[in-house]
Amino acid sequence: MADNSATRPAPGKLVLSLRGISKNFGAVSALTDIELDVHAGEVVALVGDNGAGKSTLVKVLAGVHQPSAGTIHFDGKPVTLPDPGAALDLGIATVFQDLALCENLDVVANIYLGRELNPLRLDEVAMEVRAWTLLNELSARIPSVRDVVASLSGGQRQTVAIARSLLLDPKLIMLDEPTAALGVAQTAEVLNLIERVRDRGHAVIMISHNMEDVRAVADRIVVLRLGRNNGVFYPDSSNEQLVAAITGATENAVSRRAGRRQAEPQT
Amino acid sequence: MSEGMNEGAAMSQDMQGSRAPAASAASLLDRSDVRVKHATGIGGSVSAFVDRVRSGDLGSLPVLVGLVIIWTVFTSLNPVFLSADNLVNLLFDCSTVGVISLGIVCVLMVGQIDLSVGSMSGFASAMVGMLWVNQEWPLLAAITIAVGVGALIGALYALLLNRLGMPSFVATLSGLLAILGLQLYVLGTSGSINLPYGSPMVNFGQMMVIPAGASYLLALVPGAVMLAIGLHTRSRRMAARLSAATVGGLVTRCVVVTLLFEVIVAYLNRGRGVPLMFGVFLALAVAMDYALTRTRWGRSMNAVGGNREAARRAGINVNRVYTSAFVLCASLAALGGVLSAARLASASQQAGTGDVNLNAIAAAVIGGTSLFGGRGSAYSAVLGVIVIQSIASGLTLLNLSSSLRFMITGAVLAIAVIVDSLARQSRVTHGRA
Repeated sequence: MADNSATRPAPGKLVLSLRGISKNFGAVSALTDIELDVHAGEVVALVGDNGAGKSTLVKVLAGVHQPSAGTIHFDGKPVTLPDPGAALDLGIATVFQDLALCENLDVVANIYLGRELNPLRLDEVAMEVRAWTLLNELSARIPSVRDVVASLSGGQRQTVAIARSLLLDPKLIMLDEPTAALGVAQTAEVLNLIERVRDRGHAVIMISHNMEDVRAVADRIVVLRLGRNNGVFYPDSSNEQLVAAITGATENAVSRRAGRRQAEPQT
Repeated sequence: MSEGMNEGAAMSQDMQGSRAPAASAASLLDRSDVRVKHATGIGGSVSAFVDRVRSGDLGSLPVLVGLVIIWTVFTSLNPVFLSADNLVNLLFDCSTVGVISLGIVCVLMVGQIDLSVGSMSGFASAMVGMLWVNQEWPLLAAITIAVGVGALIGALYALLLNRLGMPSFVATLSGLLAILGLQLYVLGTSGSINLPYGSPMVNFGQMMVIPAGASYLLALVPGAVMLAIGLHTRSRRMAARLSAATVGGLVTRCVVVTLLFEVIVAYLNRGRGVPLMFGVFLALAVAMDYALTRTRWGRSMNAVGGNREAARRAGINVNRVYTSAFVLCASLAALGGVLSAARLASASQQAGTGDVNLNAIAAAVIGGTSLFGGRGSAYSAVLGVIVIQSIASGLTLLNLSSSLRFMITGAVLAIAVIVDSLARQSRVTHGRA
């Protein structure tokens, strides 16, 4: 699939550059020869059908999975991400699809997990203040940051997970389905937040199935299909083009459905 | 951190806060959500406590209730049970198993288990007997070697789990047998080594009590420390525009705690006094509680027990956390073994066998530490071991055989786990777990 680039403003510094990334789980190749560039101040949306490899790619970049082949350049230097701590130290923060929160700990402890202030005598007050600041920036409605995460709703947990990713002021932030569990206002807040993070010069990778959200904030839309690159699009690309790239055919369930819809009122 | 600036801002806000406490309530950072009820005053605190218990967040309430029931029953059957001298003996007995149980809290916290603590304690007592009495090493060197060997064995369990994925249940079960073998090997043909009476170690295990004056002073410490920390936290929280406890509430708690400790100490001083060994055990429990709740290490222990994968993705080195838990558990088991050798004035083939293992695990669970990881406290070992030793002591006073003791301890353990799982279900329906 061709890169249908029109004239675009020059992107910022190259933050992340993937070349030939592959990941095999036994006989299954979840990712094959993935190429991806992300620049500072840019929101890249990763789209694709279920099983396209989006979450696997995010987990590779978060240090959860190790790639079977390929190179990762971060900030111009080749890097390896042997564990999640290495990714966090480089400045890659991730909001995972399953959120990865500890339900038995309270909100403050989750936000600061592994990064607590004052390791030998935890500074609970400073941590609580910062937690409230982060959550207020997200317009989060958390009743109390001293409640365990188990007592929060899905949307509240999502905001906690996002707040946690912002804690370290990362260079690259990856959000796997960030708006899936959110209400209307919170979705808008998360999209605003993504824009704010971008405007501060950070790079953002966002996975979403919601094309409306993707078009609203993405500067580039990278399509994955069956673990391979399947084209790069821009928010002004037509929906048909995008869907065709995602499903791999111009003739697909979505287009047939749209055709039926159009045909019905006429008969 | 901009600590100095914060503190400066704190001062001015503190003064504003004290001038207009009512007006500041709405602007507090953590009290802006109108949907949440907040307890105010003593009445509010009491009703908040009742709500918490109803929703299944029992804390140490069941074990305290259980303790009252057990003590009432035994006292009505034999009034000697509640005599100061019997309670002093009880505390001596608590200390040995209690120290082992502290280690068990650590491994349960991360969702693992160590079944070999009994054997480990027996092996440690045998090593001390062999090195100190037979080889005439200095006592401290012998104890250090014994605890160090414990640490090594704990590290081995962690290695088996981290590198080979061997479940700790199996690794420590085989450890139970292997270490028992080591214990018998060290003791050799004689089968037991007597520790000399009158030696500092045996005195420590059987006689030494905290001098009465010192014990009254020490009993002041918990309340005073609570008050000092409470006031410090209060001023910092108010500076940061967070809700804070009232001075009255803090003072009330301090007074209640201090009175409680002073009464207990005064009662024990009517007998022989507060055992030094129990003091050491309590100090270890306090240190453990601090480490588990107030340090990054403790946070990661809780996190690994609650959600291992989430902890890993937060950048926590899960393998290192497991290693620390197993090393600590086996070292404390070894230390408990040394204490029980001091208590019995011997290192024998029987040391650490039989019920030591299960009592130590049962004590942690009865005290409220979850078998599934992520929930627990160092104080659960203290409370749990007092329950178990109370049953043992009460039945001994009634001249009942150990058959009954095993049955009753088993029933109490079952009840404790039933209460825990009922409370867990209640927490789930009330959205707290």
